Amino acid sequence: MSKPNFVYVTYIRTTPEKVWAALTDPQTIRKFWFGITAESDFKPGSSWALKFEDGRTADTGEILEAVPNKRLVIRWRNEFKPELKAEGWSRCTMEIEMADYYPDFGGKAVKLTINHETAGPKFAEAVSGGWPKVMANLKSLLETGDIAFK
Amino acid sequence: MKDAKANVSPDSLDAVFRALADASRRELLDRLRADNGQTLNDLCARLDMTRQAVSKHLAILEEANLVATLRRGREKLHYLNPVPIHEIGERWIGKFERGRLQALSDMKKALEEGTGE
Repeated sequence: MSKPNFVYVTYIRTTPEKVWAALTDPQTIRKFWFGITAESDFKPGSSWALKFEDGRTADTGEILEAVPNKRLVIRWRNEFKPELKAEGWSRCTMEIEMADYYPDFGGKAVKLTINHETAGPKFAEAVSGGWPKVMANLKSLLETGDIAFK
Repeated sequence: MKDAKANVSPDSLDAVFRALADASRRELLDRLRADNGQTLNDLCARLDMTRQAVSKHLAILEEANLVATLRRGREKLHYLNPVPIHEIGERWIGKFERGRLQALSDMKKALEEGTGE
């Protein structure tokens, strides 16, 4: 297996169930993903797509693994930029677990790890710009009920 | 909990700033930025630091969540994790300032590279 280009981690003071619900509920996704939402039933083998607010398709793919409250793996390809689409399929893995929250200080939080194995450099660049903002937004939404980046 | 400040806890801020307050650790982050997903051996081979020192610095960076790790078989791969820096950005940079700060930063970069008009 090739190694991921990126691994992003955030600690969120919430429950695994709430993180899973946020990652798989179209209305919640829209809140932390800049108006983009997902269309899928999030079952293994099901189709998956990200849609812009105006209905255009941003990305498409397939749910490869879905273990509620634990693990979601998506086969993922960009659709709206020809140079990104040409790079082909990537694979995104999202892992949810309970972990020590900043070990020096004690307490537990949900550790959300997202890694993305991309096929080419252009898609990798697009991913590296997006994920940290999306994750910071998700953390903010779940901890404070509001988002930071609009 | 509506206060934006509540989003970054004081303890996590301390850990991040403490980790960044060291030139060797910033050097390690730069190495990962240039080439993400390196093993301890990869990092040691390219740095003028003992293996013990690199290992200690990586542990501090990992505790501050500035480095994320992933196991691939017997190897442990290290990745630069910029998410806490984004979270800090949220705290002091309002959403309306973001665009102007980006423009200022682009201008500084262009002028310093001698490509600005």
